[in-house]
Amino acid sequence: MTARPARSVSRHLLVWLIGAFIVVPLGYAVLSGFKSTADLTRDPFGLPSPWRLSNYTGILSSGAFWRQIANSAGIAAATALVTVAVSAMAAFAFARYAFRGREFFFTLFAMGLMFPFAVAVLPLFILLRALGLLDNPLGVILPQAAFGLPMTIVILRQFFRTIPGELEEAAVIDGCSRFGFFWRILLPMARPALGTVSVLAIVTSWNNFFLPLLVLTDPKWQTIPVGVQQFQGQYSTNYALVLAYIVLAMVPALAFYSVAERQLIGGLTAGATKG
Amino acid sequence: MTLSPATRDAPRDTASEDARSRRRRHRRPRTPLSRRLLGWLAAAWFLLPALVVFVFFVLIPIAVAFYTSLFRWGGFGPPTDFAGLDNFTRLFADPVFHGDLWRGLVLVVLSIVIQLPFALGTAVLLNQRMRGRAIYRMIFFAPYVLSEVVTGVLFGMIFLPEHGLADALVRDLPVLDGLAGRWFSDQDTVLPTVFLVMTWKYFGFHMMLYLAGLQSVPSEVLEAAAIDGAGPWQRFRHVTLPLLGPTLRISVFLSVIGAIQLFDLVWVLTAGGPTHSSETMAITMFQYGFKRYQVGYASAISVVMFAVSLVFSLAYQRFALRRDLRGAITAAGAVR
Repeated sequence: MTARPARSVSRHLLVWLIGAFIVVPLGYAVLSGFKSTADLTRDPFGLPSPWRLSNYTGILSSGAFWRQIANSAGIAAATALVTVAVSAMAAFAFARYAFRGREFFFTLFAMGLMFPFAVAVLPLFILLRALGLLDNPLGVILPQAAFGLPMTIVILRQFFRTIPGELEEAAVIDGCSRFGFFWRILLPMARPALGTVSVLAIVTSWNNFFLPLLVLTDPKWQTIPVGVQQFQGQYSTNYALVLAYIVLAMVPALAFYSVAERQLIGGLTAGATKG
Repeated sequence: MTLSPATRDAPRDTASEDARSRRRRHRRPRTPLSRRLLGWLAAAWFLLPALVVFVFFVLIPIAVAFYTSLFRWGGFGPPTDFAGLDNFTRLFADPVFHGDLWRGLVLVVLSIVIQLPFALGTAVLLNQRMRGRAIYRMIFFAPYVLSEVVTGVLFGMIFLPEHGLADALVRDLPVLDGLAGRWFSDQDTVLPTVFLVMTWKYFGFHMMLYLAGLQSVPSEVLEAAAIDGAGPWQRFRHVTLPLLGPTLRISVFLSVIGAIQLFDLVWVLTAGGPTHSSETMAITMFQYGFKRYQVGYASAISVVMFAVSLVFSLAYQRFALRRDLRGAITAAGAVR
């Protein structure tokens, strides 16, 4: 009977060790943000003394940081809206209509799951340049939505199929059109699935770096990841300030994660195993 | 009762239902052509926006990459200097590109041998009843939510020579003290260090996959094995692991695809250096396409990336995932 508490203690010890592997880098960044760079290089381990707020407050009072947050948020919201709206319609067609070429078109989209984004980025850039979409948020939103389609369609089609056909028959008998059924009955019922795919789209867009780096060169449109990279280039020797910047850049992502944790993880595991 | 033909033909999941609907179709008269056309138009209307966006921003760029890979082209004006397969010949003779393939393979092997077992172990640990389990899960997954750039800049600071946290940690240790100051600046240590950062960022994602998989291992089977006298290790090895097979195969698949397209994290950490020793295919492509304006050559790299991931995906599905998905992506009907 003494074995049980001992095992429990060692188990907790192990979890704490792994936890330290995750948390120490994050805590290091948070604490370092309260130091001056001179203090940081002198003593990377210790608590800040004195605690300086100036790194954080300086960034929070700068227009550039907030503009980047706003750009990232706007682009993420727009990407999620386009991805989910367009995917929901397509997934409805795939789940509910029998038409010639359905399997072909679905395979086409499903194949998109294995196209690496990096393959298309170079011609995509040339295409966007030709369309005049450089330094235009649409140049990021539309390609992001396009690359988000395969996963979203696969997840939503799966969900739409679980809604019984009798429901649609009843709605049609009551005089509902196909679009009316889709809009007034199916979408409200699919709210959990729509939430999941929206959260996925938002997080993917928020973290995207490659495309905004190429398309949005004007500081006016820069998103957070590009801004972080630029900031590091600019203040490369002011370590404490750079660390404060990335800590503040992490906050929205982590806050969103803590709110939407369930949807995000549900979506990722469903998307990964069903893809 | 007027039902559109589409509703009647809507896919049902089980074979018996399929058969039933087939029988039903037999009894009813064939739907007139105009009706079928109308149904098709309605479906097309729903499909059209997705198709336009997908074709325009995914398929056409990939097709253009194939086309421009056949030219010597700087990226401005239309490509005119046709080169045939010269870009590919040059690519396959390029030692940097050989290195890219080799480094990709090294990262894949390291992931499979170290990162995924680590994630699996953590998942098994957190699958047990213990206090604060939900919080631990949330913390372990948190790095996956952070952007590659934030992660990269953070670890760039941690591994900073002399001033970083990592140097301070190893300096006083007996075996590891030789590592101080080298991390990203030494050709021998840069790839393992990059891998360490990748593990920090991605193991939580695989852990979540495994946790979802572990939920589906029926406890009755484990109990039965326990009653038959199987110890914890035997239960894990002969019950849990085989039942987790599909999840493990998916997780390996995602690791490999991730390694093929690795860009952001490495670009921020090392930009491929020192002297190409952490360069990936995507970084080489970026260098040629956007820094040196050899767009034709960079397109050839894109095409090879595409080919590598396609061949891998198809082969993997054919041989490893067949049991799990019965065709999946190649026979889309089976994706359920």
